[in-house]
Amino acid sequence: MNTEGHHPADMTPVEQRVAALEALLTEQGLVPEGFIEEITRRYESEIGPMNGARVVARAWTDPQYKLRLLAEGTAAIAELGFGGPEGDHMVVVENTAAVHNVIVCTLCSCYPWPVLGLPPTWYKDPPYRARMVREPRALLAEMGCQLPDDVEIRVWDSSAEVRYLVLPQRPPGTEGMTEAELAGLVTRDSMIGVAHL
Amino acid sequence: MGRVLLVDGIHDLGGMQGLGPVVHSPAEPAFHDRWQAVARALLVVVAGAVRASGGEFRHSIERMEPGHYLTSGYYEHWLTAAATLAVEHRLVTRFELQARAGGWFPLSGPVLAPPVVDAGPDVGEARFGVGDRVRVRDWHPPGHTRCPRYVRGKAGVVARVHGTHSVPDVEAHGTARRYEPTYSVRFDAGHLWGDGQRGVSVHVDLWDSYLEPS
Repeated sequence: MNTEGHHPADMTPVEQRVAALEALLTEQGLVPEGFIEEITRRYESEIGPMNGARVVARAWTDPQYKLRLLAEGTAAIAELGFGGPEGDHMVVVENTAAVHNVIVCTLCSCYPWPVLGLPPTWYKDPPYRARMVREPRALLAEMGCQLPDDVEIRVWDSSAEVRYLVLPQRPPGTEGMTEAELAGLVTRDSMIGVAHL
Repeated sequence: MGRVLLVDGIHDLGGMQGLGPVVHSPAEPAFHDRWQAVARALLVVVAGAVRASGGEFRHSIERMEPGHYLTSGYYEHWLTAAATLAVEHRLVTRFELQARAGGWFPLSGPVLAPPVVDAGPDVGEARFGVGDRVRVRDWHPPGHTRCPRYVRGKAGVVARVHGTHSVPDVEAHGTARRYEPTYSVRFDAGHLWGDGQRGVSVHVDLWDSYLEPS
């Protein structure tokens, strides 16, 4: 993406700025060949909520695994092969009939990349970050996650090095399903804590 | 552009009002446009080249001009951080960036806190245990911190004791490091906001030096 000499009319100002920085860093030999493509490929195909869904499905079907997951999240998640940046210190919090957990990062956009992928836009934008710690019951309802008044809400602001993952409740009527089938039911939003299953 | 003095940064959003509805989507691509992936990769490149700590990286976003911060998305924040760190560490100049971009290239504002030369001793042992009552220091540091404004001065209860980690307030401002335990502290939301809401707790992860006994 070399912009020297001209700027294509269809480039937005932010694209022009990205291209400028990319060109200057590339000329200094700081951008390894294929590095941008590699980052794109990893986050588009290898890292995402399908990983967290496997962790949840395993916890639903293996009580011993669930105990390990809730006690030592990072190690239990690593058993399934997931780990790395933003996943080195994992804590898993369990939703029950009485307690509902939800994750936010008010200061930036901390999020457990190895199990959920890159955070969605709304998680990173100001309204969610501002409101989830102030009026979570109202915001959850607005997002389609109604909770009875007697359900306790626990909000987790990821303000240090720990990253949180919500273990959603297993939906009723799924007793006969395999672990792989269960994983297919688990949504990104249920593992952030903004949706029921 | 005038010098913008950021003391309590615009990034510290917990509890702020009037920012509008949450525009939720059930699924979205990792990158909506190629430039976002490039910006993300370039931050990794710059942070590696200048050996920026996580604290220094985050602070380079927090120093963005507030209006720019609120009206640009995550990857424009990353782009601004990458360019700011690249200029501050003399990999490139603002003049070069603007010449190549063909226009204004907004960068983050200056670091206002002095460099941390003496980080002080590490804290190895956790001062607090689960169930202990603590109060968050009420202060407004000029540099980077991971202590959100909405809990400063507030009392809470230690819910979990996490491991020992590098203090962001130190690592953002030089090469010195100090390690301290971190805790998940539980605050009653009705107490935080004084609005009578019940059955809601907010847990915030805080470094040892952010806390005092209550």
